[in-house]
Amino acid sequence: MIHQCADQVVCQAANINFNVDGLLNGFWQLTVDGLSWGAIYALVAVGYTLVFGVLRLINFAHSEIFMLGMFGAYFCLDYILGFSPSGNAYNKGVGLTILYLAIAMLFAMLVSGSAALGLEAVAYRPLRRRNARPLTFLITAIGMSFVLQEFVHFILPRIIPGYGGSNAQQPIILVQPKTQFTIFGASVSNVTIVIIASAMVLALLTDIAINRTKFGRGIRAVAQDSTTATLMGVSRERIIMTTFLIGGLLAGAAALLYTLKVPQGIIYSGGFLLGIKAFSAAVLGGIGNLRGALLGGLLLGVMENYGQAVFGTQWRDVVAFVLLVLVLLIRPTGILGESLGKARA
Amino acid sequence: MSGQENSTDAPEKRTSVLLAPGDVIRTGWADLGRIPKWGFGILLFGLLAMLPLRTPPFLDTPGISFGATMAQFVMVAIIAIGLNVVVGQAGLLDLGYVGFYAVGAYTVALLTSPSSPWNQMGVNGFLHSDWAWLSCVPLAMAVTALAGLILGIPTLRLRGDYLAIVTLGFGEIIRLLADNLSDITNGSRGLDRIAYPRLLENQQRPNGVFSNGNAAGDMNYGTWWFWLGLILMVVILLLVGNLERSRVGRAWVAIREDEDAAEVMGVNTFKFKLWAFVIGACIGGLSGALYAGQVQYVAPTNFNIINSMLFLVAVVLGGQGNKLGVIFGAFIIVYLPNRLLGVTAFGVNLGDLKYLFFGLALVVLMIFRPQGLFPVRQQLLAYGKTARNLLRSADDEKAAA
Repeated sequence: MIHQCADQVVCQAANINFNVDGLLNGFWQLTVDGLSWGAIYALVAVGYTLVFGVLRLINFAHSEIFMLGMFGAYFCLDYILGFSPSGNAYNKGVGLTILYLAIAMLFAMLVSGSAALGLEAVAYRPLRRRNARPLTFLITAIGMSFVLQEFVHFILPRIIPGYGGSNAQQPIILVQPKTQFTIFGASVSNVTIVIIASAMVLALLTDIAINRTKFGRGIRAVAQDSTTATLMGVSRERIIMTTFLIGGLLAGAAALLYTLKVPQGIIYSGGFLLGIKAFSAAVLGGIGNLRGALLGGLLLGVMENYGQAVFGTQWRDVVAFVLLVLVLLIRPTGILGESLGKARA
Repeated sequence: MSGQENSTDAPEKRTSVLLAPGDVIRTGWADLGRIPKWGFGILLFGLLAMLPLRTPPFLDTPGISFGATMAQFVMVAIIAIGLNVVVGQAGLLDLGYVGFYAVGAYTVALLTSPSSPWNQMGVNGFLHSDWAWLSCVPLAMAVTALAGLILGIPTLRLRGDYLAIVTLGFGEIIRLLADNLSDITNGSRGLDRIAYPRLLENQQRPNGVFSNGNAAGDMNYGTWWFWLGLILMVVILLLVGNLERSRVGRAWVAIREDEDAAEVMGVNTFKFKLWAFVIGACIGGLSGALYAGQVQYVAPTNFNIINSMLFLVAVVLGGQGNKLGVIFGAFIIVYLPNRLLGVTAFGVNLGDLKYLFFGLALVVLMIFRPQGLFPVRQQLLAYGKTARNLLRSADDEKAAA
């Protein structure tokens, strides 16, 4: 498990406990921290939800796209910008740090975006040509997930020495978490500000792209009824590629934000659990629905943090999955309902 | 008359051989009587059972006992048969099957390990140490079936994609429970000294042939576990085969092919899906009990979600719905990593690359042969052989024309 006890609140390693006081005392702190987790989940969840909306496919390998993004961000900081791994944070001043982070984020987005396009071309397009069954797509996705993980695990170290392998990368820390201001008694660190601000900008841009642009209309049309959309002159193949590209770009951005929060989490298996959680977030909000994914991500992050405070750190993931099951039981289509096509609002 | 027969006969044979090479074997097998079928089956499984004693050199696994490999294979084969009921027969994608395997293994472990607070194998316990493992097996199966029921009732009303992710969550929850409830499960340290069958105890083997003290030679404990597992596997094959040919099996196929149509035709889809889930879970629990007995140690890391994926690979590779095919799939996923364990190429241990190979195999297979290596040929269950032959001959006439 990579999720460490990141909060300053209750971190007990006993068996299950029931600590409501911990929740009440640290409520705002937990909320702020949960929102920063949730922002990362939300960005990854968008990739799941868009692909599901258009293709009705659980892109299981999306977590590996995220993982490649983490390595992309690391590569950019290490090779291109010349930061060597070190235990201490670099203090370059606010402006320069933001510039470096932006460059690393763009690079991570580039890596993830092209990986997502490659994944679509190599694995899914041949299946679409053959009109494969939905289960076939899902199994291919699982296969690609294996392939990408093991590529980073065993093959990448032979191509770029010092990358991949069984151990996590030595962290490069650009931003030392430091409290900037407090709100309702909750301290807000610079890392949290960066994460939430950039996630908000990206979410807004994506929302505009899907709901306001011509391409976005194409995506919604294909999601609603792909045959009719094709008849109306929408190129389905191009729409599918765009969808994978958007998902990949956001996963890359989320990857950089995640490495800010968990610098020691850059490892070949680091995307797997986060991917499952992001998918849960997408389902929670109503899969196939863009705003649902954003809402679901934030909600999952916050609820997970509350659950962690009540039951103990090691129950964090259990809380996430139980929440997913409960929501599906009560409202099987998620909170905002399915369908990207109808999500105009 | 005879000339006419010959002329229709020749193209029929040729096309059927060309179109479906497996059909010759299938029809040949179907035409055999009951006694030759059984005779052939016993011969085949007898030969399989003899493998660890007279291992052909090309099959042997250097560095690891062949008996142990085969024991592992037979456990995964049982799992594959169980998962095949869920995925192949009923068409429900279960990504958390390892959870049932874990429940089975932990039931045995909790009841018989001295490190467990619920240990019943001792002075005060109700389990006699000679019979502890054996009496735990049906219990493990019952507990796992119950787990399947508890998971199935809320989730089987969900659509297929959701079911996949909820079962995935379930598998992860089971592992986290085993990891976190350290007062009961001993946490990540795991439970050791689990009971195993006590049989044929003598001077050389003070703990019997199933103990891991019996490690030397070809007749080591791995081989004995392989034999035990093989017998259980055959029993399960027969039971599952009978289910397949029954009303239940026909309902599963109907649900897999089109759930709405099945519902309209009067199949209680929820009930039969639940049956598939519970029976699959039960078989997974049996395999878990075997695992706990053989290794005599369980720990949460043995039940990682990646194992679930591996089991699914076995089913998909062998051919969903084909219970003999999935046994072959299980053989591949257990045997190949063990065979390639010591082999290195380009400075990489090939045994380490198993997930890479399996992943590539899945991707390539799904493109070129989505039904697996041995695809199941769905028979027309309602009308049987006559209808099938009629259809086939119609196909052949079309192909000949």
